[in-house]
Amino acid sequence: MNKPLTLFEKVWNSHLVTQEPGSPAVLYIDLHLLHEVTSPQAFTGLRQRGLKVRRPDKSFATVDHSIPTLDPSIPMTDKVAAKQIEQLETNCQEFGIRFTGMHSPQRGIVHVIGPELGLTQPGMTIVCGDSHTSTHGAFGALAFGIGTSEVEHVLATQCLLQRQPRTFEVRVEGTLQVGVTAKDIILALLAKIGVAGGTGHVFEYTGKAIKSLSMEERMTVCNMSIEGGARAGLIAPDDTTFEYLAGREFAPQGAQWEKMLNQWRTLPSGDGATYDESIVIDATELSPMITYGTNPGMGVSVTGSVPAPEDIADSSSRLAMQKSLDYMGLIPGEPLIGKPVDVVFIGSCTNSRITDLRQAATVFKGRSVPSSVRVLVVPGSQAIKRQAEAEGLDKIFKQAGAEWRESGCSMCIAMNGDQLDPGQVAVSTSNRNFEGRQGKGGRTFLASPLTAAAAAVTGKITDVRTLINH
Amino acid sequence: MNHYPPFTSRVVPLLVNDIDTDQIIPARFLKVTDKSGLGAYLFSDWRYNPDGSPKPDFVLNQPQYRSGAILLAGSNFGCGSSREHAAWALVGNGIRAVISTSFADIFKNNSLKNGILPIVVSAADHLLLSALVRDQSTVELTIDLQSQTIRLPGGTTIQFPIDGFSKTCLLEGTDELGYLLRFEEKIAEYEAGHR
Ligand code: SF4
Repeated sequence: MNKPLTLFEKVWNSHLVTQEPGSPAVLYIDLHLLHEVTSPQAFTGLRQRGLKVRRPDKSFATVDHSIPTLDPSIPMTDKVAAKQIEQLETNCQEFGIRFTGMHSPQRGIVHVIGPELGLTQPGMTIVCGDSHTSTHGAFGALAFGIGTSEVEHVLATQCLLQRQPRTFEVRVEGTLQVGVTAKDIILALLAKIGVAGGTGHVFEYTGKAIKSLSMEERMTVCNMSIEGGARAGLIAPDDTTFEYLAGREFAPQGAQWEKMLNQWRTLPSGDGATYDESIVIDATELSPMITYGTNPGMGVSVTGSVPAPEDIADSSSRLAMQKSLDYMGLIPGEPLIGKPVDVVFIGSCTNSRITDLRQAATVFKGRSVPSSVRVLVVPGSQAIKRQAEAEGLDKIFKQAGAEWRESGCSMCIAMNGDQLDPGQVAVSTSNRNFEGRQGKGGRTFLASPLTAAAAAVTGKITDVRTLINH
Repeated sequence: MNHYPPFTSRVVPLLVNDIDTDQIIPARFLKVTDKSGLGAYLFSDWRYNPDGSPKPDFVLNQPQYRSGAILLAGSNFGCGSSREHAAWALVGNGIRAVISTSFADIFKNNSLKNGILPIVVSAADHLLLSALVRDQSTVELTIDLQSQTIRLPGGTTIQFPIDGFSKTCLLEGTDELGYLLRFEEKIAEYEAGHR
């Protein structure tokens, strides 16, 4: 009998175009997402070689990284960014690629709108010049970030040269407790394996706790796979996946839907399929997590304290920790709870979906943000913005004293003017706490929307469970 | 013609683990539409004060390292964002090889496509090289891709691994897109057999 295959192996095998001995595989790509920052040089390359886009119908572009989140009718003041955005529009027109621009009602963060529009589907290979392409793995797609040279390769050939990665099962058993979310699962995983723990691998998240997550929550988990060094993170498609997809604009319809559904049901890893690595996490034991350092693997329970570098045996890790704490202005042993915050950011492709906003709103409701704190709530797409407004969430945020913005990457990457000042402390629902990521000199503490909301209404790092009525 | 001939250079030590691509080039410099000129922003926030003046204690600002084409970095170099601008900024500063105990996957791919050789050495060899550069900042190493060796002064060599395809691409200057385009027929066949 043949060895049962993993979800990853099934998707990989079905996309192999060819492979010469000693060379990487030629892998076919079903969906290529593009944004303004990592694509211009790729289009320039095509022009220089006189090449066309092989499958414009399998490409989809949007603008998200550097667009303003204030009133979109105000012309952009950043002329360099404006030129880059115009360039994408021109490139898409010239090469016949679908494009959702600044004024499109479908616009949003690329990893939010792919799934929202039904472009992202189980069993697909999906790439984008963006490391958080791993998000789409939540649908059982093999989705990973690529560089700009590779963007050009895919535009020209709809294929990529790839070496087969190894597999890594992340099994999450148990049940999440009140106040603990999908974000806490992934931050806990990163705290365990570190930022290089998954290098050379793709994760497959399995287990009861993963099964019981909504699609939005699954996307949060898969989104941060790259933060563990894994280029992709997959979750087997199931009824939750199919219910989310049904009826979306680009999802298959009618007889085609039934046909695809039958295919998709064959995707989950076979019984007895094996992985190169594995780890088990008990969700029941998790508490809300927060990062204290300058990479996403430096996280602890919110009730914990700042670790001491001298407890680390390896000298280069000890140095890295010391450098981190110096940058963050933290003292070893200091508790995290009670630390004053200047800014709270709720948004990014990790946590800007409707369920994230609903969760945050439960904490904001009937409370107010201290005047010393600035709070930005940035929905992941214009569709999410409309949905939140229809539910009255925007009013809850605004009444509490938060700013309610147009969609975009915003303060996750601080390219559009939404940014921290040097030395400011932020609790952020985004995915990276690297030095300067949210603005030069800014200090980022990553956490869930619930924990971020708790920091917003108390003005300090807080265990959200003390604010939730049981 | 050999597109990656052996070369000898000083070594720029940046012995920090997990250097992410946001440090290699901060996001605010990514609004450009071409590849050139990014060298000026390499490690910008580590290299310059807020007023734009150079930070004297940062390696790239120290005269003895300025001409170094080899970067010696801590583990997991290039993690985080997929921005190829990181590779372009390194190239713009004349960096042609990075030595570390490990690299992030996307950075490794990006660097190979831009003529930067990512060299993986063992922890012991990394310690040896770090000590060498610490004791003698003007020390020069010779990188020979053909024989996959780093040659130290005195003749000691360290062997490094690289997959055959990447090696050939660097040595022969093969362009990966050109290689892929040769499979046009196979790609068309694949497409015919799938939706
Ligand atoms: S929200 Fe942040 S992480 Fe996500 S795509 Fe935008 S910049 Fe990248």
